[in-house]
Amino acid sequence: MAELIAKGPFDGQEPVSAGGAVLAPLALGPIWSLALFPGQAKAAEQALKPLDLGFPAPGQWLQGKAGARLVWTGRDQAFLIGAEPLEALAGLAAITDQSDGWAALALKCSAAEAVLARLVPVDLRAQAFPPGRAIRAGLNHMPAVILRVESGFEILTFRSMARTAWHELAEVQAHLAARAALTV
Amino acid sequence: MRLTCPLCGDRDRREFTYYGAEDYLHRPAAEAPLADWDGYLHLRDNPAGETRDLWYHEAGCAQWLLVSRNTVTHAISKVELVAERKA
Repeated sequence: MAELIAKGPFDGQEPVSAGGAVLAPLALGPIWSLALFPGQAKAAEQALKPLDLGFPAPGQWLQGKAGARLVWTGRDQAFLIGAEPLEALAGLAAITDQSDGWAALALKCSAAEAVLARLVPVDLRAQAFPPGRAIRAGLNHMPAVILRVESGFEILTFRSMARTAWHELAEVQAHLAARAALTV
Repeated sequence: MRLTCPLCGDRDRREFTYYGAEDYLHRPAAEAPLADWDGYLHLRDNPAGETRDLWYHEAGCAQWLLVSRNTVTHAISKVELVAERKA
């Protein structure tokens, strides 16, 4: 059988540092969607205990053991990132492998908020959107999941839109750099 | 215009898609009289004042929302999840 080569959504892409922000591809590892069956929230909380996770409230993401994270992505739905789903969740939630469906980006440094302010119509400044928060919102016209981490933002978009998302963000970085050059 | 989604919080109107009147939640039974189906499909009030309609949070949590608003003052008084409403 042919040996197929798995490629990441941003293979060959170097980080872009411009406009006071750094944009870089991000490898998140496995992504699993957990969509709770009706009335199973409590049982799922119990089942997630071995990973040191609960079920995240709307707008929240949780850090668990060994790099496992659980990110709220909708009503009774969350993404388990960086870990395999536990056997104990079987029957409590619809579990689907989403790993290849998403492209992830890291956006950091001082102007990261200014970059997103031009694309996302939600207040993402630190006082309104501190580490531990996660939202679903439009990145310009693309559906995105945006997480606030200590070092900045992590942005997930559909893999089919990876290059467009990169282009939008890098273009805003260029705009911010151009504006900064004008006002010196 | 901004809507406060029960899950996502205060969001800009461009994230939502308008569907229509609350009437769409009250689908008649299959064997209901023709007049009920006529009303469900075609007859809408056009109130000056309080109205309730359905919006879809397309760029957010992908939930259907039941929005109570005033067509005269433009005030939004309530936003509920259709999925969690009491029938």
